[in-house]
Amino acid sequence: MRVEPAAVEEVARELYIRALKMLPPDVKEGFARLAGTETDARAKQVLGTMIANIRVAEETENLLCQDTGIPIYNVVIGRGVDIGGTELQRAIRRGCERATREYPLRSSVVHPITRKNEQTSCGPGVPPIHIDFSDEAEKLVIEMVPKGSGSENNSWLKMAIPAEGVDAIKTFVVDCVLDAGGKTCPPTIVGVGIGGTSDLCVALAKRAATRALGTDCPDPEGARLERELSEAVNMLGVGPQGLGGDSTSFAVHVEIAATHITMNPVAVNMQCHSARRASAAITPAGVAYGY
Amino acid sequence: MAHHVLRPPITEAQVRALRVNDTVTLEGALYGIRDANLIALFDRGRKTKFDLRGQAAIHTAPNVRKVPSSPQHPTGYAPVCVGTTTSARMERFTRPFLEMGARIIVGKGGLGKGSLDAFGELGGAYLAIIGGTAALETTWIEAIEDVDLDDLNPESIWKFRVRGFGPLLVAMDSHGGSLYDEVQRVSRSRREQTLSRLGVK
Repeated sequence: MRVEPAAVEEVARELYIRALKMLPPDVKEGFARLAGTETDARAKQVLGTMIANIRVAEETENLLCQDTGIPIYNVVIGRGVDIGGTELQRAIRRGCERATREYPLRSSVVHPITRKNEQTSCGPGVPPIHIDFSDEAEKLVIEMVPKGSGSENNSWLKMAIPAEGVDAIKTFVVDCVLDAGGKTCPPTIVGVGIGGTSDLCVALAKRAATRALGTDCPDPEGARLERELSEAVNMLGVGPQGLGGDSTSFAVHVEIAATHITMNPVAVNMQCHSARRASAAITPAGVAYGY
Repeated sequence: MAHHVLRPPITEAQVRALRVNDTVTLEGALYGIRDANLIALFDRGRKTKFDLRGQAAIHTAPNVRKVPSSPQHPTGYAPVCVGTTTSARMERFTRPFLEMGARIIVGKGGLGKGSLDAFGELGGAYLAIIGGTAALETTWIEAIEDVDLDDLNPESIWKFRVRGFGPLLVAMDSHGGSLYDEVQRVSRSRREQTLSRLGVK
């Protein structure tokens, strides 16, 4: 299946705008669940305002949050997809730039040393474009995640050691949630990466934080830890916006990778309540947009 | 738990009447400040044309659209989506900002002890808005009336005209009250119990 770069560019453009406007159904369900179980009166109000905002964004066709984030694209290329790797990367970048200029979106991306904003949401290494492959022959999937900075600024890595065991992982997650307080715009999705190298561990945490609610870690031990930690962090009372309550997090998500015999790394990356993402599948039948 | 409607300029007496758990609705002028423009003002010696005495400011950088200048859009900017950023990064700028005469900071996630002390000594308050609810917040913005330090766009200093902006929650006041401190005390006191539930030895 030949995919033209122009089609990828259009999809990359559309995905950035869609992601900023439409919250995925699993996150909406997450809000309904928290609103139903919350016992604190103020927290109920705060959740109610967040839910009202989702409705207003839809009615006014506006962005959910002013933070257009760091744009991230995750691409899964099927076995029979024919497109050059570098032309794919360039097309995504052009789509991201066009969304920013044409909508127009706030460009939230600057050079890290000069702090110069090119007003394109792009810069050296940004947007990050992650490429993976699948056995589905005629399918190219592009996921777009605008990662807000309030939650991204609360990211941690600890190179724990084997003697500290799983206790070090659990303690670290609890302490990260306490340190974050209201700064991450809770209720959050707490992404936890366990194992790997330092860089892989952080990447796992990001993957966990941006995974759909209601999905489980594919590893059974990881899935068990998710359930334990999800219950535990909501005992802390941080609450929505850090103003107190039961609803500190929608869930804790865990992703794992094997690690070295001497290592026990754990990373935490958080996703704010505006847990935005959008995806598109390009097949011979055309483009199907989803979340 | 009183409700206050404030239209800047706000007096010291008005701001000192605010207590945590009160609510506020703002009317009239609201200035947008954040990282780059505060660094410009307080680390790089740049000046602003705005007289901030008695004013309210929000930690923000909006999405805007360039439009022809008109009475509705005097700066040639129309608001697209205006929301609130995490206040903690602006912690060290609270005191000098209040020293310029500002009275109110609107933000999300709260500020620290240095800011709380400054609110007490200089007469100021922090009003919490619900972060991530920018679509709603944008409906409270009437216009972008003026802009300064626009070379920092989108981190310019914005002057919005707002109508029915709120209700906002008084989360830090000039009497040493901070809802964030209260919640942090509670949540930290639950750490051991939480770890014990997780079987941590």
